Amino acid sequence: MKKLMVTAALGAVMGLAAGAASAGTIEDVKAKGFVQCGVSQGLPGFSNPDDKGNWTGLDVDVCRAVAAAVFGDASKVKYTPLSAKERFTALQSGEIDMLSRNTTWTATRDTALGLNFAGVNYYDGQGFMVRKSLGVSSALELSGAAVCTNTGTTTELNVADYFRSHKMPYEIVAFEKSDEVVQAYNAGRCDVYTTDASGLYAQRLKLTKPDEHIVLPEIISKEPLGPVVRQGDDQWFNLVKWSLFAMVNAEEMGVTSANVDEMKKSTNPAIRRLLGVEGKFGENMGVSNDWAFNIVKQVGNYGEAFDRNVGPKTPLGIARGVNALWSKGGIQYAPPIR
Amino acid sequence: MSDHYIRKEDAPLLPPPSSVAGPVHWIRENLFSGWFNSIMTLLAIYVLVVTVPGLVEYLFINAVWDSVDGKACRPAAGGGPNPADWSGACWSFAKAKFGFFMYGFYPDALRWRVDLTGVIGAVGLVLLLIETIPHKRWTAVFMLFVYPVIAYILLSGGMFNLEYVETNRWGGILVTLVVAITGIVVSLPLGILLALGRRSKMPAMRFASVLFIEIWRGVPLITVLFMASVMLPLFLPEGVHFDKLLRCLIGVALFSTAYMAEVVRGGLQAIVRGQYEGAQALGLSYWKTMGLIILPQALKLVIPGIVNTFIGLFKDTTLVLIVGILDLLGTVQTGLTDAKWFSPNTATSAYIFTAAIFWAFCFAMSRYSIYMENKLHTGHKR
Repeated sequence: MKKLMVTAALGAVMGLAAGAASAGTIEDVKAKGFVQCGVSQGLPGFSNPDDKGNWTGLDVDVCRAVAAAVFGDASKVKYTPLSAKERFTALQSGEIDMLSRNTTWTATRDTALGLNFAGVNYYDGQGFMVRKSLGVSSALELSGAAVCTNTGTTTELNVADYFRSHKMPYEIVAFEKSDEVVQAYNAGRCDVYTTDASGLYAQRLKLTKPDEHIVLPEIISKEPLGPVVRQGDDQWFNLVKWSLFAMVNAEEMGVTSANVDEMKKSTNPAIRRLLGVEGKFGENMGVSNDWAFNIVKQVGNYGEAFDRNVGPKTPLGIARGVNALWSKGGIQYAPPIR
Repeated sequence: MSDHYIRKEDAPLLPPPSSVAGPVHWIRENLFSGWFNSIMTLLAIYVLVVTVPGLVEYLFINAVWDSVDGKACRPAAGGGPNPADWSGACWSFAKAKFGFFMYGFYPDALRWRVDLTGVIGAVGLVLLLIETIPHKRWTAVFMLFVYPVIAYILLSGGMFNLEYVETNRWGGILVTLVVAITGIVVSLPLGILLALGRRSKMPAMRFASVLFIEIWRGVPLITVLFMASVMLPLFLPEGVHFDKLLRCLIGVALFSTAYMAEVVRGGLQAIVRGQYEGAQALGLSYWKTMGLIILPQALKLVIPGIVNTFIGLFKDTTLVLIVGILDLLGTVQTGLTDAKWFSPNTATSAYIFTAAIFWAFCFAMSRYSIYMENKLHTGHKR
């Protein structure tokens, strides 16, 4: 896409990106020199700007991995912060090349909306937090509770489903912003606070007496979050999909950003194929053969990205749980590179 | 006879009795002039006594001014150093993210361009607003026609060897000011034209103006922004992208133009018929009548209304947040999602910080409008 500057009548100037009848996203991306990645307007640990205004997070790392695969340079990403309402339009209209914005993989989105989910980079689910003084140890004891949550999200619908299916009366206290929800819960306007489990532990830090609250063990919904691309561009879809798989495979093989250079000398054929020493897996996707090497070198493997952004040592303090590798009791699993 | 007492100097001037002057009098007159006022005063004092110490404690005494993350603002149970019932503002958050709140994602090394744009704008504004400085006409021409071009080149780059910075990397106060100032600068002249159009005797002109005003005024700004950011891309041919910020700028400007037109029309209606007839008797053309006789009077009358619209517009800029453009409030909210800074006090103090900045801008506008009104009051003031 070429940038043409057109002076409009009012003296306003607009950036008119005249795309030559889309040759395929990967060519477009290579031509413009960066990946345009849609992210959230700020979700802790997944995509949020740090103090300097640089985007960081688990979702952001997927964008960076794709850039590393295409250009060999993970920094060649431009981010578009998108609201939940805008995100799919932005992708459909071609404003962004890929969407990595804690988006739940659902049937409607995968089919009717014309999108493709390139995998799952985080298995989330909805959880509950309550006051210890309530003496509750399971969500099934929450009959008649006032539940604080965000408006207009799937969380609200999930609560309705859950309480109805267990025939428990409840009362919804909903707010637009998470901060308001937490404040309301903190002030005692409701008994239960519910949101995605990934956010519960971190939100607890916003409470005035965090030690007086516990997270209940139940997870009441499936929220597989992953990167999304447009339907109908299989080459690009493959690239995004395998960028994510490469990170998971690298973790499984014990290849990290620290040891990836040595690992290139490994005799293990699986590692040699991953790092592009053997085979032409990169060329088949339209990128260089050391695509996965660049991903691991610059972004790290899946485990590194997890620990850096949401893991136990971060304020979010999320344990690997279901997001551990399949070989370690989780469900993160990537097809082999061969 | 010599023991007559003759006073040689004036009696010393005694201060007036405390019942008619001095602080006691002032207090009596203003605070306790009746049973109702006395009760109100006592009530007000009570409210102040209850709130002020807590506020001062929260905002200043307990406040955390310097820390590298939100831990310092947390109670002990959250891993912080403070006792359980402690609460204080977390100013270090605003301090650490100040650059982000000012410029958004604007690249660090290029921020001097934003600063330069701001400095030129501020100098131009001072030259324009302070009346004793001469050459107003040239300054005005510069600010209205040259400055926008300079600002555009400096901020977005892409020419003269300046690196191109897409508008989605702009943010913070930069975006707030760009949206507000564009809205203000576009809406006033366009609004005047529309107001004149609506009072015009030419049916087509009148109809077009009424149509424009009623459509834009009848639609919520949020709808306008949503149309601009979500719907418009679907209507455009594939591969054609308008810049999102530009779409919102046009939306906000046209929206405020409609309001401005009605404010100005209010002023035009207040001008008595004799003024028009007088101008006609002098043989002035329509534009001269308007430019020399009617508008100067009408605009002066509606200064409060105009400034009201400006202030409203300035605060409405935060609505661009919902279409994913990060203005000041947007960057603050985005900054709040940084888990490093999570604490019970971060959000509250960040919003106080934002409110203070918005208040400062709006208050400045309001004071300047009062100054203008006082300067221009001729005849109408009672």
